[in-house]
Amino acid sequence: MSSSFLQHLVNGISLGSLYALVAIGYTMVYGILRLINFAHGDIFMMGTYFAFFGIMTFHLPWPLAFIVAIIATALLGMLIERAAYKPLRDAPKNSLLISAIGVSFLLENLAIYVFSGKPKAFPNIPLFADTLGVAGVKIQFISFFIPTVTLIFLAILLYVINHTKLGMAMRAVSKDYETAMVMGIDTNRIISITFVIGSTLAAVGAIMWGIRYTQIQPMMGVMPGLKCFVAAVVGGIGNIKGAVVGGFILGLGEVLLIAALPNMTGYRDAFAFILLILILLFRPTGILGEKITEKV
Amino acid sequence: MLKIENLTVSYGGIEALKGIDLEVPEGSIVTLIGANGAGKSTTLRTIMGLVKCKSGKITYKGEDITGAPSPSIVAKGITLVPEGRRVFPDLTVLENLKIGAYLRNDHAQIKKDLEWVYELFPRLKERSWQLAGTLSGGEQQMLAVGRALMSRPKIMMMDEPSLGLAPLIVKSIFSIIQEINKNGVTILLIEQNANMALRIADWGYVLETGKIVLAGKGQDLLQNEDVKSAYLGKKKEKKD
Ligand SMILES: Nc1ncnc2c1ncn2[C@@H]1O[C@H](COP(=O)(O)OP(=O)(O)OP(=O)(O)O)[C@@H](O)[C@H]1O
Ligand SMILES: [Mg+2]
Repeated sequence: MSSSFLQHLVNGISLGSLYALVAIGYTMVYGILRLINFAHGDIFMMGTYFAFFGIMTFHLPWPLAFIVAIIATALLGMLIERAAYKPLRDAPKNSLLISAIGVSFLLENLAIYVFSGKPKAFPNIPLFADTLGVAGVKIQFISFFIPTVTLIFLAILLYVINHTKLGMAMRAVSKDYETAMVMGIDTNRIISITFVIGSTLAAVGAIMWGIRYTQIQPMMGVMPGLKCFVAAVVGGIGNIKGAVVGGFILGLGEVLLIAALPNMTGYRDAFAFILLILILLFRPTGILGEKITEKV
Repeated sequence: MLKIENLTVSYGGIEALKGIDLEVPEGSIVTLIGANGAGKSTTLRTIMGLVKCKSGKITYKGEDITGAPSPSIVAKGITLVPEGRRVFPDLTVLENLKIGAYLRNDHAQIKKDLEWVYELFPRLKERSWQLAGTLSGGEQQMLAVGRALMSRPKIMMMDEPSLGLAPLIVKSIFSIIQEINKNGVTILLIEQNANMALRIADWGYVLETGKIVLAGKGQDLLQNEDVKSAYLGKKKEKKD
């Protein structure tokens, strides 16, 4: 194995992990509300800014700053659902979608206005920048950290979904909203929790994105947001494992394609969308998806 | 135990219930029969808090529960076996039963109730790890009834439990309804199968396009000429 291939592989896995974390949020919200939450990429963006200000403005030690940022992002996600989606529970799905687009623009413009549109450098944390030598290749510690953290959160999430009462309620609500209510499930609470979980994972991804790619700016959520939406569709929207698979396909595919064909670098972002078109043409329900059922 | 007074419900402009009165005494089996679209399901869904009523009052044990949210209604001891069974297809049989006990925390008693449900429906026990979506229609109906029992209801409302089932299964479902009733659960039963329903019911109501047109003892309604011709499929002399 050539050393540069190893380097690309490591990069691809990191990027794939980050995509997976964000894609889960799309897929969970879709599963429960049949809504493509266009604001999700911007929630991701807010996560990096929260961490940035925690360290730079409030001088918190970085682990504390990260925890505070994750909590703040989770609350933001919950607040958005309460304010922009909950009042539209009985409205047509299109209204909900338009509301999500509105929230997305609101967050982006608020960020430009409050944080300024100029890119900021994410604070440098020496621990993550340390390099380790593996098979003659120098690899940054963050490149190991990202997939490890992703796996831990994924394991916790799958445990909660499949083996707890809360997870059972979440599966019930996403399958049959009304019957879940007949069981006595407080569906609004379950929806809130879904947004909290999705936003938490987005924040975790966002912070690691900040560490890895070092630059943050108000529109940084747009492209990853779109790609992660694609990842969720590729994996089969509504399916959590599918979102993870989709995230890794996108991350690895993007990095390895550019590595193999360096003059295609300009088409880097196009890869995701070509994949989306192919999937929609040949397997519209995604890799792990079942039949897509319209919510009535 | 459950009392409905002058209940009116409309969907958009269409009035589905035009002021109905209905009473379910504790310990009884009451049935509500009527043709398609009469408003039977709407009645149950309104009691359950799934549909908001326009006017009228629903009281349960003397307490006004009109417009209360579904979880609080379930907590009070009212449960619904919905039309079309509505089991959660990708949850296992056991998970479906557990989710019926969602609001309860008395684990020891939940276990006992699970045993009781398995006693009523031994087939569910054999299939406890099977996904509910792979059960036959009859088994799904058993599961829907078992799931409702897991909430420890004081009153169980059932929306057409015999729909689409073979006569033998229907018979066994009806005998289980009677057994559940003997265990102290009050029953409000909706049926198109008026013959079977009236036979086991203490009291029956006939609903026609949003209005109660007849009420009486189950046995009396069985003998009623109008009921006979409209719901029991027996011929009546044609009037001009
Ligand atoms: N969600 C809804 N939106 C609009 N109209 C509805 C809705 N649900 C029911 N209706 C209408 O209300 C009326 C009563 O419906 P309901 O489902 O209560 O009838 P039903 O007696 O249960 O009939 P069936 O025996 O066919 O189940 C019907 O005319 C139906 O079209
Ligand atoms: Mg009905």
